Amino acid sequence: MSDSFSSILSLVNYNTGLVVLSTMTLGMGSGLIGSYLLLRKRSLMGDVLSHSCFPGIGIAFFFLYFLGKSEKNLFFLLVGACISGILGMLMVLAIRNTTKLSDDAAMGTVLSLFFGVGVAILSLVQEIPGVSVSGLDHFIYGSSASMVWVDFQLVFGASSIIIISAILLRKEWTVLCFDENFATTLGWSVRTLDFLLIFMVALITVVGLQAVGFILMIAFLIIPAAGSRFWTEDRNFMFWISGLLGAISGWLGSLFSSQYKDLPAGATIVLVAAGLFGFSFVFGKEKGLLRLYWKQLLLNKKMGRQHFMRAVFELQEIKGSENGEYIQNVPISWTDLKGCRSWSQKGLLKLKLQAQKEGHLEDCESQMVALSEAGFGEAYRITRNHRLWELFLIEHADIAATHVDRDADEVEHILSSSMVRSLEAQLNFRDLPNSPHRLNIKNY
Amino acid sequence: MTWYALDTWIVVVGVLSAVACALPGCFLVLRKISMMGDAITHAVLPGIAIAFLVTGSRFSGIMFIGAVLSGLITAFLTGWVSKKGSVDQGASMGIVFTVLFAVGLLIIEQAADFVDLDPSCVLYGAIEFTPLELFWWGIPRAVWVLGSVVLLNLLFVTIFYKELLISSFDQNLANSLGISSEKMLYYLMIVVAITTVATFEVVGSVIVVAMLIVPAGSAYLLTIKLSNMLFLSIFLGIIGAILGHLLAVLIPPLMGLNGMSTSGMIAVVLGLIFCIAWLGSICSKGLKPIRKKTFKIASKKFLG
Repeated sequence: MSDSFSSILSLVNYNTGLVVLSTMTLGMGSGLIGSYLLLRKRSLMGDVLSHSCFPGIGIAFFFLYFLGKSEKNLFFLLVGACISGILGMLMVLAIRNTTKLSDDAAMGTVLSLFFGVGVAILSLVQEIPGVSVSGLDHFIYGSSASMVWVDFQLVFGASSIIIISAILLRKEWTVLCFDENFATTLGWSVRTLDFLLIFMVALITVVGLQAVGFILMIAFLIIPAAGSRFWTEDRNFMFWISGLLGAISGWLGSLFSSQYKDLPAGATIVLVAAGLFGFSFVFGKEKGLLRLYWKQLLLNKKMGRQHFMRAVFELQEIKGSENGEYIQNVPISWTDLKGCRSWSQKGLLKLKLQAQKEGHLEDCESQMVALSEAGFGEAYRITRNHRLWELFLIEHADIAATHVDRDADEVEHILSSSMVRSLEAQLNFRDLPNSPHRLNIKNY
Repeated sequence: MTWYALDTWIVVVGVLSAVACALPGCFLVLRKISMMGDAITHAVLPGIAIAFLVTGSRFSGIMFIGAVLSGLITAFLTGWVSKKGSVDQGASMGIVFTVLFAVGLLIIEQAADFVDLDPSCVLYGAIEFTPLELFWWGIPRAVWVLGSVVLLNLLFVTIFYKELLISSFDQNLANSLGISSEKMLYYLMIVVAITTVATFEVVGSVIVVAMLIVPAGSAYLLTIKLSNMLFLSIFLGIIGAILGHLLAVLIPPLMGLNGMSTSGMIAVVLGLIFCIAWLGSICSKGLKPIRKKTFKIASKKFLG
C-alpha cells in the first residue's frame, strides 16, 4: 500500500507486479478458451471442473501420505486435481451421450457427486493423526496476495501454453463449435479436438484454482466471453475481445485489490469483469442495449413515415376513383387519415411534423393534409414498393390476397432499390399496380 | 459399532433433507435447469451476509428471508440476462451467481473485523452438529425447520400437480391451456430457494445439489411416469441418507480412524445409486449392440 499507483501500473513493485502479471495472463488465457466454451454452450464446464477437482486433491494427498511424504507437494496435488477434473468432464460427456438426461442434469450430477466424494475423502484424511489439511482450503478460495515465485511460474507457464494453443487451434476449434459434422468430413478427429479443449480448460482451471480461487475461475471462463458477444458478430474479433476483456479485468482487479486492504483479489476481479460485462451489455457496438434501442427507434421512425405517406396516397387514390379520374394530388382530411391506422392523435401529429420538416407537405387549411410535389412523388414510390412486394408474395410465396398486407408490411421497409428493380423485372410492372386487396380505410 | 440417539437424529435430519430436495429436484431435472440449485446455493451469500450484518445473529428468520430473496433474484436475473444478452441459460447463470458470490465475499471481508462468518461453513455444512441445538420438546431445531419445508413442498406438488406436469413437459400446451408456464417457473423457484436455503445450512451447499439432482436424475432414468419419478426419487433419497450415515459410522473404524463427514458419504451413496440406475438404463435399452459389436462401439458410445 505504500507503493504509488503508477509504480504498480508499470509493474515496478516486485510482488504486486507478479500478481498483476499472472492474473492478467490468466484472464487472457481463460478469456480465449472461454469463448469456445460459450459457443459450445458449455460455459458451466468451468464450474463442473473446479468442483470435480476436489477428490483428486484428496486422493493425491492420501498417496503422498502413504509414500511417506508429509509435506504438501504442490505439483503432485495439481496433477491429482487435473486428472479427477478431466474424469469428471468425461463422465459428463458419457452421461449425456448414453442417457436421456440433458447437459445440465449431467453437469449437476457430476459436480455434486465429485465434490461430495472429495468432502468424504478429506474428512477421512483429516482424521489421520499428524496430518494437517489446513493448506487445502487455499485450493477452494485461493489467495493471490500470497502468491510466490513458484505459483507465478505455474500460472504464467500454463496460461502461455493455453494462449498459444488457443491461437494455433483457432480454426479447428471454431469449426468444432459451429459444425461438428463438417469437422469430421474435413478428416479431423472431433474427439481429439474436444479432448484437447477439455484438457486446456482443466489445465487453466486447476492452475488458476489454487492461485485465485474457484469463484474467479468460473467467472473468468464465462464473463469475458459473454461480454465480447456484444461487440461483434465476427468470430475472430470475438475471440480477441474476449481475451482482452479477461486481461483487462485481471489487471484492474488485482490492481484495486493490491491498493486496498479489504478487497480480496478473486472477488474484486470478478466484480471488475462484471463491470466490463455490464458496460458491454449497455454500450456494446453490435448487440448492446443502447445500440438495439437506437436501431429500433430508427426503424420505427422509418416505418411510421412510410405508413403515413402511403395512407395519404391511398386516400387520394380512393378519392380519384370515386370521381372516376386518375389519382390527383388533392388535400386529405385529417379525420379520414386518422381512420386509416390505429394512430394516436399525438403520434400522427409527430409524423406530420416530420413530413413537414422533410418538405413533403404543403401548407393548407387546418384539419387537412396536402402533399407537396416532392411528397407526392415519394408517396407514389412508397406505395408502389408496397404493392410490388405484395404481388411478389402472392405470386411466389402463395400468400392469400387478404393476408398479404401484413406480410408485405414486415419486409417492405427494408427493401433496397436493387431489390425493387429486380421485383419490377420479375413482375413485369412499370407503373403503379392496383392494390390486390380492398383498401382498409374505415370511412369508405 | 456404537449407535447413539444422536445418530438417529442425524439420520432423521438427513432423510428429511433428502425428501425436501427430491420433490422440487424432479421438476428442475425435467425443466432442464438442474444447475439452478448450484447457482442459488452460491448466490445466497450476499443475502446471508447483509441479513447477518443487519441482525447480528446467525440463525434468524431475517437471514433466512435474505437468503431466499437473493435466491429469487438469481433466478430472475438469469432469465433476464439470457434473454437480453443473447447467451444461453448456463452462461447467464454462471455470470449471475459468480458476481453475487463475489459481492457476498466482499461484504464479509469488509465486515470481517467485527463479524465472525466463515464462507466455508456454507460450503461444507455440519449435519453432525444439528442434533445439538434443541428446540421444542427436545427435538432438534433442524428437524422442525426441515419438517415444515417437507410439508410445504408436499403441499406445493399436490396442489399444483397438474400444472407442474404440463408445464414441465410442454410449455406451449400449458400456455394454450391457460397455465402460465412462466408463473409456474417462478413458483418453483421460490420453493427451490426455500428448500436449498433450509437444507444447505445442514448438509452444505454442494451436497444440496446432489440431493436435488441425483435422486431425481436416477429416477428419471428408471421410469417414464411423473408420479413414479417423484416417489422413486424420494425413496432413493431416503436410502442415500440412511446408508450414507451408516457408512460414515462404519467405515472409519475399519481404517483405525475416528469419523468422517456424513454429508460427503451421503453424496457417495447417491453416486453409487446413480451409477446403478445408469447401468440399468443402458442395459435395458442397449445391451444387445454392446454385446454384439465388442467393446469398441461401447467406448465410442460413451465418449461421443
